[in-house]
Amino acid sequence: MEILLTAVPMLPLASAAMLLLYGRHMGKSLVTGLGVGSIGLAALTVLALAVQWQDATGPVTVMLWQWFSVGNFSVDLALRLDQLSLIWLCTITGIGFLIHLYSSEYMGGDDNYSRYFAYLNLFVAAMLLLVLGDSMLLLFLGWEGVGLCSYLLIGFWYRDSANGAAARKAFIVTRAGDAAMALGLFLLVAEFNTLNIQEIVLAASASWAAGEPLATLACALIFTGAVGKSAQLPLQTWLPDAMAGPTPVSALIHAATMVTAGIYLVARLNGLFVLAPDVLFAIAAVGVATALMAACAALAQHDIKRILAYSTISQLGYMFLALGVQAWDAGVFHMMTHAFFKALLFLAAGAVIECLHHEQDIRKMGGLRTHLPVPFWSFLIGSAALAALPATAGFASKDLILLRAWEVTGSGIWLWSVAAIAAMITALYSFKLVFVVFFGELKTEATHQPGWRMALPLMLLCVLSIVGGWISLPLAEVLPLAANHPAHGTIAIVSAAIPIVGVALAYFIFLGGQLNVTGLTESSTGRWTAQYWLQGWGMDRLYDRLLVQPYASLAQWWRGEPMDRVVALIMGSAVTIHEQLSASQSGRLGRYVAVLSAGLIVMLTLMLLRATP
Amino acid sequence: MGAEMVPVEHVLVLAGLLFVIGLFGLMLRRNIIFMLMALEVMLNSAALAFIAAGARWGQPDGQVIFMFILAIAAAEVSVGLGLVLQMRRQLQSLDMNDAVRLRG
Repeated sequence: MEILLTAVPMLPLASAAMLLLYGRHMGKSLVTGLGVGSIGLAALTVLALAVQWQDATGPVTVMLWQWFSVGNFSVDLALRLDQLSLIWLCTITGIGFLIHLYSSEYMGGDDNYSRYFAYLNLFVAAMLLLVLGDSMLLLFLGWEGVGLCSYLLIGFWYRDSANGAAARKAFIVTRAGDAAMALGLFLLVAEFNTLNIQEIVLAASASWAAGEPLATLACALIFTGAVGKSAQLPLQTWLPDAMAGPTPVSALIHAATMVTAGIYLVARLNGLFVLAPDVLFAIAAVGVATALMAACAALAQHDIKRILAYSTISQLGYMFLALGVQAWDAGVFHMMTHAFFKALLFLAAGAVIECLHHEQDIRKMGGLRTHLPVPFWSFLIGSAALAALPATAGFASKDLILLRAWEVTGSGIWLWSVAAIAAMITALYSFKLVFVVFFGELKTEATHQPGWRMALPLMLLCVLSIVGGWISLPLAEVLPLAANHPAHGTIAIVSAAIPIVGVALAYFIFLGGQLNVTGLTESSTGRWTAQYWLQGWGMDRLYDRLLVQPYASLAQWWRGEPMDRVVALIMGSAVTIHEQLSASQSGRLGRYVAVLSAGLIVMLTLMLLRATP
Repeated sequence: MGAEMVPVEHVLVLAGLLFVIGLFGLMLRRNIIFMLMALEVMLNSAALAFIAAGARWGQPDGQVIFMFILAIAAAEVSVGLGLVLQMRRQLQSLDMNDAVRLRG
């Protein structure tokens, strides 16, 4: 069991190392075998682990070696498997394998095929380390590893400078959160002298009372790291731009890796976060605000991938809402179902984009239903799950979150209302996407059909997006779960009906034409709002004004080397004095005599003045 | 004897005038011979002051110093005239500014 557990992150890591070192000299089939095979093997290993897990009692810890030891502070390199990390392992390797398989066809014509798979494997390896790390430091290593890999993959087509800019943006914005998280870790080390997650949670609950200022500070700092990585307000701006990378990378970032890291972090440290009720409320508020804002922004987008990107931000908001109201299992459950349907949607979008010669604007698409049947059905099922229509995986998890938000005393009604409005908008934009792209008149001809390596993952994910809702997660041992929930009656029916209303609205507006909204969208307010939402609530422009431009002008100023001017001043005055003194050595005897006698007169005068009392 | 004596103040004023004339000659003339002459005037103004002081206090020191100054002046002029001859030979000029090598 220990060997299997160690093999899970090591397989992709070894494959990534081999591909990075020797990938250029390998044949294409070998690269495919290594890249896809390593993740496939890892997925099988996880499966074996999950089967063996049935007999195991409690979590398994594998101590690899001591990482370092300074004074009485030491960090072990140890992997720890419990139910929470097992769920993530299954999602990462399972979805990751499907995305790798899909990539082998999608990226088949790319010149940098081996580099692509090396980065992709490294990405998965870093994420696996993140969820398996027994200490916060190993978690942080994986955390930074996914940040690095996202940078490499978003800027994969680096010859276009816009892609490089998007990659840098993703790296820098998430780094802002990471800095806060590092501060939180320092605080924990200073307080408890350990980075082991279990020890931290135990020590914290032993020495801190609920609402302790230090606990609030530590949780707030760590949550800021999660905000950056999981693209929540106000650090969400990097995710829409991250669409610059290849589409399977977007699927990997949005579904299996990277953005769910923040959810994992908060769920993993639930014992710490319950000590800071204020931070928990902030998490719920940030989550629900993000869910609504991102849903509105998604409604106004034209780029098929940007719509999906904003929907990811919105869905992550739901997960944070669940974590904030201490419905830990609902948040984790939604992470898993979201991974299914978001991977499905991205891969289907990738298939559409590829079959339409890299056309991403949905206004130039239409009537693809009969031409691209596999992507159409994938999109239909994925959108149904995203909109949380009953009998899909998305319904099971999102409905749970809405009901748990409702149960919160005091602010529950507000959280529920905002989340419900966001849910309706979600249904609206996801079915707008389906109706606009696949129904109506044909605008761009599809040139070919996706091959089996693209179609197979789509079909599997379709199945998962439907049956995923019936998986019951064994979380009782790792997360504190509320035992009994009151019956909901009306509110449960309302929650379930909201997405259907949204879909109906989408049908009447975008397909049936019974509802004419041109009057609304063409009015000056409507156009302004649409423009504002299209730009993601103007957050990019705000940050540009507030941070980027001042920084750029400061850099411009420093480029003029202002410090050099001080040095130049000293040098210039030395030169001037030298020139003056040098000019006085004229060699004119008359002038020397004049100066000599003038000096004599001055000295004599002084002496006489001193002599007279 | 005392009644016909020239007052010492007058002599000192004359010596001062002579010194200033010599000084200005030294500063303003460019011909080296005139500069040497201005130097002689200055030496003699100093010597005159010594003589007047020696007479005023009835001491022999003033006259002794005068003899010294005379000897020094003679030596100085002989060396100076030698230099003048050399300058005339090498530069074909007696202008002091033609001998300037420093350029500032």
